[in-house]
Amino acid sequence: MIAAADLASSYELVVIGGGPAGLAAAALAARAGVSTVLFDENPGVGGQIYRAITSTPVKNRAILGEDYWDGAALADEAKASGALIVNGATVWSLDRQRLVGVSIGGKARVIEASRVIIATGSQERPFPIPGWTLPGVMTAGAAQTALKAQGLIVGGRTVLAGGGPLLWLLAAQTLRAGGTIDAILDTTPNRNWLQAIFHLPDFALSPYFGKGLALLREVRAKVPVHRAHTIEAVGTDRLREVVFSGPGGTRRLPVDLLLLHQGVVPNVNLANAAGVAHVWNDRQLCFVPVLDADFGSSVPGIAVAGDGAGIAGGTAAAERGRIAAIAAVRALKPEAVVPDTQAIRQRLQREEMGRAFLDCLNRPADAFRLPEGDTIACRCEEVTARQVRETAQMGCEGPNQMKAFLRCGMGPCQGRLCGLTVTELIAAERKTSPDEVGYYRLRPPVKPITLAELASLPISEAERKAVER
Amino acid sequence: MFKRLADSSPAIAITVDGKQVTARAGDTVAAALLAAGIDHCRTTPVTGAPRAPYCLMGVCFDCLVTVDGVGSRQGCLIPVREGMKVETQLGRREAGR
Repeated sequence: MIAAADLASSYELVVIGGGPAGLAAAALAARAGVSTVLFDENPGVGGQIYRAITSTPVKNRAILGEDYWDGAALADEAKASGALIVNGATVWSLDRQRLVGVSIGGKARVIEASRVIIATGSQERPFPIPGWTLPGVMTAGAAQTALKAQGLIVGGRTVLAGGGPLLWLLAAQTLRAGGTIDAILDTTPNRNWLQAIFHLPDFALSPYFGKGLALLREVRAKVPVHRAHTIEAVGTDRLREVVFSGPGGTRRLPVDLLLLHQGVVPNVNLANAAGVAHVWNDRQLCFVPVLDADFGSSVPGIAVAGDGAGIAGGTAAAERGRIAAIAAVRALKPEAVVPDTQAIRQRLQREEMGRAFLDCLNRPADAFRLPEGDTIACRCEEVTARQVRETAQMGCEGPNQMKAFLRCGMGPCQGRLCGLTVTELIAAERKTSPDEVGYYRLRPPVKPITLAELASLPISEAERKAVER
Repeated sequence: MFKRLADSSPAIAITVDGKQVTARAGDTVAAALLAAGIDHCRTTPVTGAPRAPYCLMGVCFDCLVTVDGVGSRQGCLIPVREGMKVETQLGRREAGR
């Protein structure tokens, strides 16, 4: 176990996040002779897709599937590379000077980095429906994490709702593990096919095509699937039932656990707080960092690799990590031998081929992104969609002003679970684009640290003098 | 809501609001609470509504709990330790008055 005090004061490369992009980047850079540290906030490496890859209690490989076990090679490669890998390390700050604030076991440090690769990946898109804050409502990703990391499978009456590859994968993994799913509420609008169909030829050539079809067949054979245009989680102290409307009218299902999922979006908090420019991606309905061909951001020396650069999946994330690492190695050690970038770019291109089809097909319906009435938009501060809409109609032009009016985005999650909703609601009410509306201006610390940790940071003579009277 | 596939990992004793709970090695605090069937881990500061872990990946902050006396810790990121004292937190200060 590495303590904060064991860290050097500077590293040539700091990689933030231990998923596929971070692991691949750290391994490549360290092997090229770059002094590399990887900070990851989870107890073990793997990120979300390869969560608990070195420790999962799920030993039957068929349950999680071979794609999951691919992560073991990445973890081994990083471990053998000589990169310093620190788990339980929360990065709470990164600035334009590439000073990295990190907290390990309750002790904080600020580390200098010549280059930084942000590999903080993605998070599940907010799914604001009535009742989504009730105990008993979770994300599909949460259930998958519990399965991978702790070998927990769903018990009681369970309903999955939404769309996208992860929803079906979780269903398949749960069934293989002996779990039961009472129903899947498929929210994919039929009209998505009109857009998606143009991209079908590319998707048919991508590795995801065959896997996707097999997954759908496996799940549909065992679980009733209903189409849903609206979904409501109902209960007072906890979830009691799910009410949904579809082609067959309105139905109620008594339920213990509702697992929501409508795709993943980049986790932008750290990059945004570091001043990295972002732009709205209308196909993926989220903000993505503005990046060059080597995943370098608008801030010199800071790259964003993996799904944080725009959603493309775990295999693509590793290739992106390698490309970003090669750029870092070339800048730091021009004489070092690095792998052929061209071959990596070709593999990345193949991985990204089917993405347009998946994005168009799984584009979440407006009803599940643009809530109305008393549905909570900001979970932390319990701000409703109506409040956000009315405040936008009153003249509030952007999310930062909205914070001042309503406190949305100011709770502990720092906008992670309401940012996209608030931006899209403002854009809808003011009849403008999300790009025009923009996103929250995020500031460090992007993760909570104690005052004691801040106070214990070493201060320079100049800093002390600056506040002395 | 959740059950264990296998109980093979070593048992780890923690307390939740003073009550003994048996967690397993490899559990995070949030996972241990879910496995133990605890219905909520905090109440919100605004309305005092109950919340339980939602995302289990460090982004939603609904699993905030007090761990060994330190409040607002993300339960889904903290591995359990023998003898750990976990307390659910009341978000709304007025709630108990």
